[in-house]
Amino acid sequence: MAKLSKEEVKHVAHLARLAITDEEAEKFADQLGKITVFAEQLNELDTTNVEPTSHVLSIVNVMREDVAVKGLDRDVMMLNVKEQEDGQVKVPPILED
Amino acid sequence: MNFETVIGLEVHVELKTESKIFSPAPNHFGAEPNTNTTVIDLGYPGVLPVLNKNVVDYAIRASLALNMKINQHTKFDRKNYFYPDNPKAYQISQFDKPIGYDGWIEIEVPGTDGQPGYTKKIGITRLHMEEDAGKLTHGDGYSLVDFNRQGTPLVEIVSEPDIRTPAEAYAYLEKLKSIIQYTGVSDVKMEEGSLRCDANISIRPYGQEEFGTKTELKNLNSFNFVRKGLEHEEIRQAEVLMSGGVIEQETRRFDEKTGKTILMRVKEGTDDYRYFPEPDLVDLVIDDAWLERVRQSIPELPDARKKRYVDELGLTEYDASVLVVNKPISDFFDEMVAAGADSKLSANWLMGDVSAYLNAEQIEISQTKLTPENLAGMVKLISDGTISSKIAKKVFTELVKNGGDAKEIVKAKGLVQISDPSVLVPIITKILDNNPQSIEDFKNGKDRAIGFLVGQIMKETKGQANPPMVNKILLEEINKR
Repeated sequence: MAKLSKEEVKHVAHLARLAITDEEAEKFADQLGKITVFAEQLNELDTTNVEPTSHVLSIVNVMREDVAVKGLDRDVMMLNVKEQEDGQVKVPPILED
Repeated sequence: MNFETVIGLEVHVELKTESKIFSPAPNHFGAEPNTNTTVIDLGYPGVLPVLNKNVVDYAIRASLALNMKINQHTKFDRKNYFYPDNPKAYQISQFDKPIGYDGWIEIEVPGTDGQPGYTKKIGITRLHMEEDAGKLTHGDGYSLVDFNRQGTPLVEIVSEPDIRTPAEAYAYLEKLKSIIQYTGVSDVKMEEGSLRCDANISIRPYGQEEFGTKTELKNLNSFNFVRKGLEHEEIRQAEVLMSGGVIEQETRRFDEKTGKTILMRVKEGTDDYRYFPEPDLVDLVIDDAWLERVRQSIPELPDARKKRYVDELGLTEYDASVLVVNKPISDFFDEMVAAGADSKLSANWLMGDVSAYLNAEQIEISQTKLTPENLAGMVKLISDGTISSKIAKKVFTELVKNGGDAKEIVKAKGLVQISDPSVLVPIITKILDNNPQSIEDFKNGKDRAIGFLVGQIMKETKGQANPPMVNKILLEEINKR
């Protein structure tokens, strides 16, 4: 029953910036649909008094003290940058948002 | 038709920690571009964020100062979006369990055009922790990214839609800024981006229960622009509705040059951020002892300080509220009073000449040569009659520019007030001898003549004569004639 539509698959693909063809969308709709149907079995359990799980580990409060260390050397940082200008990373134009 | 305006504000405040929220990179404004980053801020594969404990302390402190409840079992969530200011393609934020919720502040809205001022409680829905993104600069055909700001700790404070006028929005921001400034968790400087505001606004016919469609205003770079943007937007929305149109749910930008709001984009449906619990961070449990420790660290807040100024120092409600808005000024005042200066006189100087000077020069009080001690010294000289208020202005000019000791300045410049009758009588006698007509006029009931004579005496003494003494002796001398 929880079969996904082709449009839903395309929407999710777009959100992840994946370009997929019509045929792929159809195929994934079928495959992902089956996965969601499988996962829906969980809905058969009564979870009325169960707290939602927000993390699989039971440990809490992993923190560090507020101490600053020197940042990465900019030249090192720029080794993985395609284009730069005046110490900044150059990217395709972005409309002011 | 008359409409009621409904406004809600979202305020982002950068926290003044040493390091970033999830990485140990320095958290300082104004560094060279891309020098305050680590592999965590840059979103390298395999890196793990670790929460800065101080950020949690600060967020709790701000929440408590805003009368909020604390979610003692809380967590972080991942908000997914693609944008080049954030290399991870997601922002770590808090979604359904913000650290603070259900708070309020009381705002003071000044009266206008015969309408009396009033106070009002504004609800605060939530305060949550999140990371800031990098800074984009838009060039011609490309954009530039500086990742220094990436990972800067933020709290986002969301108000209830309780605000009804642009003036209330302004008052809310002033009060919020003041409280946060007092807690010490942020610089709250809009010009440096450590306080930023977005506004949601809608209008509805009076009496209608449901809200109208809202628009969101961005690019509000000062409290004044927030007010102006909202003023323009409530009129624009009313005009659209009155002409039979509908309000689109859209994001609009305030244009500083024209004072108008301009369409940026229409919102189609809701944003699809696919929030889910952040798997790289474990849950956060704040026990009562932690909460209590932070509660103890909260200093005196503006409302309490205002009450103290009124109850203990005898200031008026108005003077007290003006003084407490700006923490550095208020601290300065406290230190002046501690140094023995008269509270009312100190308040007047800070709200008058000092504020005027700071506004004219566009600087903070810490950037002047004034100290609580030297200004208190000057105020004490006024109180004990050594100098007049008029002469004090000369002393003040010297103090604010070059510093020093008020007493020394008065001595060096020969500014001591002349109160001695044996000095004043001969001067007054001379002035009277030279102006028989004025004496005549005065005796014929022209009170203005006395003002002219006082003016002449002040001129003769270079403003140093003690005004009450001059008045007293002048009348005595005239009556003798």
